[in-house]
Amino acid sequence: MENEIITSTEATKNGTYKFDLPKSLTGIQGLDEITNGGIPENRPTIIVGGTGAGKTIMAMEYIVNGIVKYNEPGVFMTFEEKADELKINVNSMGLDLKKHIDENKLFLERLHIDHNEIQQIGKFTLDGLIVRLGLAIDKVKAKRVVLDSLDTLFDGYEKKIIRSEFKRLFGWLKEKNVTAIITAELEDSFASQFRLEEILADCVFLLTNRVHNQIATRRLRIIKYRGSCHSTNEFPFVIDQNGITIFPDVSESPQIIVSSEIISSGIKQIDEMLDNKGFYVGSSILISGPAGSGKTIVAASFAFNSSKQKRTTLYCAFEEAPSQVIRNMNTIGLTLEEVIKSDDLHFYYSRPTLKNLELHLIAIKKMIKKINATVVILDPLTNIMEENINSDIRSMLVRFIDYLKMEQITVMITATITTSSLELIQSNEGISSMVDTCIMIQEKTLKSVHHKFIYVMKSRGINNSKTEYEFAISSEGIKITPLKLDLLSENGFLSNSSKVSKGFGIKA
Amino acid sequence: MVDNLKRNIKAKLKGDDAEEKIYVFQLFIVGSSNVSINAIKNFKSICETNLNNKYNLEIIDINEQPQMAITENIITLPLLIKRFPLPEEKMFGDFSNTQKVLEFLNITTQYKK
Repeated sequence: MENEIITSTEATKNGTYKFDLPKSLTGIQGLDEITNGGIPENRPTIIVGGTGAGKTIMAMEYIVNGIVKYNEPGVFMTFEEKADELKINVNSMGLDLKKHIDENKLFLERLHIDHNEIQQIGKFTLDGLIVRLGLAIDKVKAKRVVLDSLDTLFDGYEKKIIRSEFKRLFGWLKEKNVTAIITAELEDSFASQFRLEEILADCVFLLTNRVHNQIATRRLRIIKYRGSCHSTNEFPFVIDQNGITIFPDVSESPQIIVSSEIISSGIKQIDEMLDNKGFYVGSSILISGPAGSGKTIVAASFAFNSSKQKRTTLYCAFEEAPSQVIRNMNTIGLTLEEVIKSDDLHFYYSRPTLKNLELHLIAIKKMIKKINATVVILDPLTNIMEENINSDIRSMLVRFIDYLKMEQITVMITATITTSSLELIQSNEGISSMVDTCIMIQEKTLKSVHHKFIYVMKSRGINNSKTEYEFAISSEGIKITPLKLDLLSENGFLSNSSKVSKGFGIKA
Repeated sequence: MVDNLKRNIKAKLKGDDAEEKIYVFQLFIVGSSNVSINAIKNFKSICETNLNNKYNLEIIDINEQPQMAITENIITLPLLIKRFPLPEEKMFGDFSNTQKVLEFLNITTQYKK
């Protein structure tokens, strides 16, 4: 099982050549992974990007992480925002600059440049800036320096001189043994006139912020990394109250460990359908069915059972509020309060519209890390996805599921499909190909009585039952029974069933 | 032309203003680089030719007084600050363009009037 994944990961691993370039860890989530250890040490790195692309925040996180995580003081010189405004802006992200300034670990200065006030006559140098940088670096014994941003300097000054002066500045920074990040707006004029990033810097990142389907996606691309291998892909990233998180490529993740340990579904009959076993630990399970078919009950039973077994469980509710889930499950005898009190079950609740999928996945990821969850429920995933699953969202989900697999976290996803959308189940199939186990719930009205049926569409590595069972919910919980013969012989049922089967493409 | 200019300044200084107008400059340089030396040479010669010794020029090496770079918000060098007459004004470079320097010192415009 999953042989193809293992071999492909090994192939990329063997194909990767390790460079011995000294690097400076950024501490920014995901960035050190995609750069194989950070930005080049004691050399300048340029971050280019449009307005609001996240350049300043990325640079500031590099400085603050240096102080907090690596005990490397830093200098942050800004030509743009007022230093006070900057302090407030990054304080909102939980970076307390004032504390670091007071402890003499951070030197923050705004260099005011007004080209109208001051006139240039003839040749000049940037020695004033260099002297001030020198003072700042010596004051806090800085190892990290940020200049934010270059454009203010370029505007109005004679380009030829600025260019050669920057070359000198970069050389001086190298001599000073500091790792520098320089930010620059992305403008045609900048790119074409200077080619500064190409000639002078050893490492260049490009940040973009594109809006697609009313959802803005930030992306980072490594344009250049002299002396180090790097991926040329674009990596999505988000900025939230905890700073920047970049999603590394799937192919660069370490080998996935495959477990043969079994975790019970929490419902005896479902375990029976799965070869009397249940799910593999670290596998992904999809429960799919129309609205009101009982998917949440299946998910809650699984969550209750796993948290009872002291596997920390994170229940991500996108439809019902946690209190609602708890109350509703009480009516079928699942006392979720009990496991919440013992800290084995945690809830993540957010209205799907509040954030886009990426932000949800990041928030969930952070929560998983915080509580050390080994079981995750996403109920329902369809709510946080758009109607049409596009490649962006698909790859995001694949990455997320891969991440859970790597961490040996078992994930149960519920997805809503309505009877009318049975023919349009691309999105559902899109998810089902990502998961290991797929359980379908269907509804039929026979003789004016509503019936629910459950069957296991697939379960990788488990000899699952291929039969449909009747699925009923009562105050005692879920009841799964073999189909009654009289139902089978009823008009319409068989034809309906076969139609549905075609639609789902049951595996042979 | 330079003579005219001189005469004009003299007239201006003696005539309209009872007090003699004295220019006060601070010139910030760094070390003894070519640009620094050129800037001092160029600016001194402009002052001598045009200001009839009615000026006071202080030369400050930023390497010796680095704190001045912060207090005066210096980024580019050489930097000239005209302290008097008011308003204070700044220019930077090696002052190789005499005409532009005179414009900056508001000398040609006075002449044209």
